[in-house]
Amino acid sequence: MYSNLLTDPLVLCITLPLLGAALTTALPRHAVPLGILAALATCSAAVTLGVDVWQHGALRLVLGGWEPELAIGLRADGLAVALALMANLVALGISVYASGYFRDPERMRAFWPLWLLLWAALNGLFLAGDLFNLYVMLELLGITAAALGALTGSREAVSANLRYLLVGLLGSISYLLGVALLYTAHGTLDLGLVARAIAANDRLFAVDAAALVLMVSGLALKAALFPLHFWLPPAHANAPAPVSAALSALVVKASVYLIIRLWLDLFAPITGLAAAMFLALLGAAAVVWGSWRALRAERLKLLAAYSTVAQIGYLFLFLPLLAVTPPGPPRDNLLAALVLMALTHGFAKSGFFLAAGLVQTNAGHDRIDDLGGTAQRLPATTFAIALAGSALIGLPPSGSFIGKWLLMQGAIESGQWWWVIVVTTGSLLASAYVFRVLSRAFGLEPTPLKFVTDARAEVPALLLSLVAVALLGLASGPLWTLLALRAGGGA
Amino acid sequence: MTEPADWARSDRARERARDLSLLLAVLLALLGVVLLAVYFLALNGGAAPRLAELALARVPQSGVGNPVTAVLVNYRAYDTLVELAVLLAAVLGIWSQRPAPPGFQRSSAVLAGMVSWVVPLLIVTSGYMLWVGGYAPGGAFQAGALLGAAGVIVRLAGDPTAGLPGEAVQRWLLVLGVLMFALVGLALMLLGAGFLTYPPKLAKWLILLIESAATIAIGTALAAAYVGGRPSAKGQGPSAGEASAAPSSSSLGPRP
Amino acid sequence: MTAQFLYGGAGLILFVLGLWSFLVHAPLLRKLIALNIMGGGVFHVLIAVAYRGDGVTPDPVPHALVLTGIVVAVSATALALVLGARLQDEQRQG
Repeated sequence: MYSNLLTDPLVLCITLPLLGAALTTALPRHAVPLGILAALATCSAAVTLGVDVWQHGALRLVLGGWEPELAIGLRADGLAVALALMANLVALGISVYASGYFRDPERMRAFWPLWLLLWAALNGLFLAGDLFNLYVMLELLGITAAALGALTGSREAVSANLRYLLVGLLGSISYLLGVALLYTAHGTLDLGLVARAIAANDRLFAVDAAALVLMVSGLALKAALFPLHFWLPPAHANAPAPVSAALSALVVKASVYLIIRLWLDLFAPITGLAAAMFLALLGAAAVVWGSWRALRAERLKLLAAYSTVAQIGYLFLFLPLLAVTPPGPPRDNLLAALVLMALTHGFAKSGFFLAAGLVQTNAGHDRIDDLGGTAQRLPATTFAIALAGSALIGLPPSGSFIGKWLLMQGAIESGQWWWVIVVTTGSLLASAYVFRVLSRAFGLEPTPLKFVTDARAEVPALLLSLVAVALLGLASGPLWTLLALRAGGGA
Repeated sequence: MTEPADWARSDRARERARDLSLLLAVLLALLGVVLLAVYFLALNGGAAPRLAELALARVPQSGVGNPVTAVLVNYRAYDTLVELAVLLAAVLGIWSQRPAPPGFQRSSAVLAGMVSWVVPLLIVTSGYMLWVGGYAPGGAFQAGALLGAAGVIVRLAGDPTAGLPGEAVQRWLLVLGVLMFALVGLALMLLGAGFLTYPPKLAKWLILLIESAATIAIGTALAAAYVGGRPSAKGQGPSAGEASAAPSSSSLGPRP
Repeated sequence: MTAQFLYGGAGLILFVLGLWSFLVHAPLLRKLIALNIMGGGVFHVLIAVAYRGDGVTPDPVPHALVLTGIVVAVSATALALVLGARLQDEQRQG
C-alpha cells in the first residue's frame, strides 16, 4: 500500500493532463478554468514526484501487475525527475501566460486540449521505461506540437508546421524501425531489460549498432541537431508565443533527453568515442551556425529560434567528454553540467519567447531594428529578456555559466581543448545577439513609471527567466544529489 | 507528377537534382543491404521465443481469450490509452485549422438505397467485432474502423456531417475513450489495485466497458477526421454555403 | 526462418523505398504516401517477427504494436492532409 502511494504521482503526471485534455475538449466553454486547474494539478503531481524521488530514491512502476517484460514500466530517476520538474514548472508558467493570450475564443478552445495533450506527452516521455511506449509518446508530442504551432493559421505557420510534422514523422518511423530490430534481437521492449541484453550479448553488436543509428538519427532530426535543424526556425518563429516557448524550451529538449538516455543507459556498452565525437562535431557546428544566424536574424522570435539550434548544440559537446571520463566525481560534474545547461535553457528560452510574444502583441511586430522604446513601454518584459539573454550567454550567476565552466574544465582535463574554442565562440556570438536586442530596446527615453503593466503576461516570463539566472545558478547543488539517484538495474 | 509551381527552375538545376537523387538511390540501396544483413543476424542470433510464450501463458488471467486483445487492453493498456490520445489530438488539430468543407451532392435514389442498407449493416458488424474481439480476431480498433467507414459512406452519399451528431455531443463522443480509460485506470489505482491493474474477476467487464467507449471514440474520430474540419455552428446538415460562412461566434451546437 | 526473413526483408526494402521517395519528391501527397509505405515496411518487419512456424500461435505482442502503430499513422496522416488542404485553400483564394 505504501509503495503504491509513492508511485501514484508517476501515473498522475501523465493521466491528469490527459483528463484535463478530455474535459477541456468536452466542455469548451470552460476551457480556461479547467485548463488552469489541470495545469496546477499536473504541476503539483510532478513536484510531489520530485519530493518522493528525493526522499526515497529512483522509483519504478510496472503497470498492470504483470511481469516487467510483458507490461509497460514507468520510471523516475534523478535525470528524468530533473527534466520533468523543469518541464512542468515551465509549462505552468506558459499556461498562466496563455490564459490571457488568445483573443479569439475559437483559438483558445483549440489551444487548451492540445496543450494539455502535449504536456501529457512530455511527462510520458520523461517517465517512460518502455521502447515502444516512447514511440507512441513521441508521436503524440509531434502531432500536438505541429497542431499547436499551426494554430495561428497564417500561411507561414501552417506550411512550416506541416514540414515539422512530416519531419517528425520521418524521425519517429526511423526510431520505430530501431525498436523493431531491438525486439527481434532481444525479445523485450523494457528499457532496463534491453540494456541488460545489449550488455550481455556482444554477438549481436551489429544489430544493436544499426538500431542505435536508426534511433539516434531519427531523434536528432526531431531535436534539430545541425544539419537537421532546417525545419526549426520557421516552425518556432511563426507559432503563437506560448506555443513557441513550449516548442523551443520543452519539445526539442524531450528528444535530446531521449538521445542522452539511449546513449548513456541503453547503448552504453556499444557507444564509442568516435560516434560521440561525430555527434559533438555536429553540435559544435550547431553552436556556431545557430548563433551566427541568430545574430543576423531580423525578427526577435526568429533570433530566439536560431538561438535554440545553438543551445541544443552545446548539449552534444558533452558526449565525447563523458565517453573518456571514467565514473567518479569528474563524470558526475559533466553530467550535472549537461543537465544544468538543459534546464537553464528551458527556463531562459521559455521566458525569452513569452517576453518576445508580449513585445510583438504590444508593438504589433517583432522587428529587432524597430524595438526602440520597448524598455519604456514594457519595463518588466525588457528586464525578462535581459535576464533570459544573460542566461543564454552564460553570464554568472546563471545556470549555464556553471554548465559552460564545467564543460570547458572537462574539455581541458580530457585533452579535448578544441571544444573550449567552440564554447567561447558561441558565447561571444550569443552576447552579440542579446546585446543587439537590448541596445535597441533601451532607447534614450525617460524612465518608466510603472514596472509591470500586465501581470498575467509579464510575471511568468519574468519568473522563468529569473529561475534560469538566479535559482539554477546559485542553488544548483541539489542537482548533483538528484542525479546520483539512478535506477538500480533493469526490472 | 511534379507540380510546375514547385519545380519552376532551370534545366541545370533539374539535372543536378537528378544526379542528387541518383546518388541518394545508391546510398539508400547500401542502407537496404546493411539493414537486410542486420535483420538476418537478429533473426538467427536473437532471443527465439521473445514474449510469445509469456504473453500466451498469461491470457487466461487477462479477462479475454484473444491474445492480441489481451496485449492491447491489458498488458499494454497504457499504450492504447496514449494512442487514443493521439487520435484525439489529430481531430483537435484538424478542427483548429478550418470549418468543415461542404459535403458532396445528395446521392441518387439507387445509392441512397444502398447506403441505407450498408450503414446499418456496418454498425451491426461493428458491434459484433467488438464482442468477438474478446476471444477471436477483432476488438475496439476493428469495430471503430467499421463505424468510421460507415461515417465515410454517409458523407460520400451527401450528408456533410457524416452522420455525426452536433458539435457538443461529438466532443463528448471523441473524448469518451480517453476519459473512460483514464477514469477506470485511476479508480483502480485509488482502490489500491494499481493503475490499469484489473482484478481478475472484474477484468472481463472492465475491458468490455473500456473497449465499448474506445470503439465509439475511434469511430467518431475517424469519421470526424474524414469530414476534415470543425463541425459547423448549426450542428446538423448545413448547406454548402453556410459551412464556410459561419466559422466562429456561437460554435456550440444545441445542448443534448 | 526463410519465410520470416523474406517477409521481414520485404518490409525493410519497403522502408528504404519509402525513404527514397520521401527525400526525392516534393508534393505533400507523395511525401505522405512515402511515409506510410515506410511505416508499412516497419509493420511488415514486426509481423514477420511474430511468426513462429506453421500451426503455432504467433507472438501477439508485435501484432498489438502494429495495431497501435496503424492508428497513430492514420491520425498523423489525417492531420497532415488537412494542413495541406488548408494551404491549398489559401493558395486558391490568394
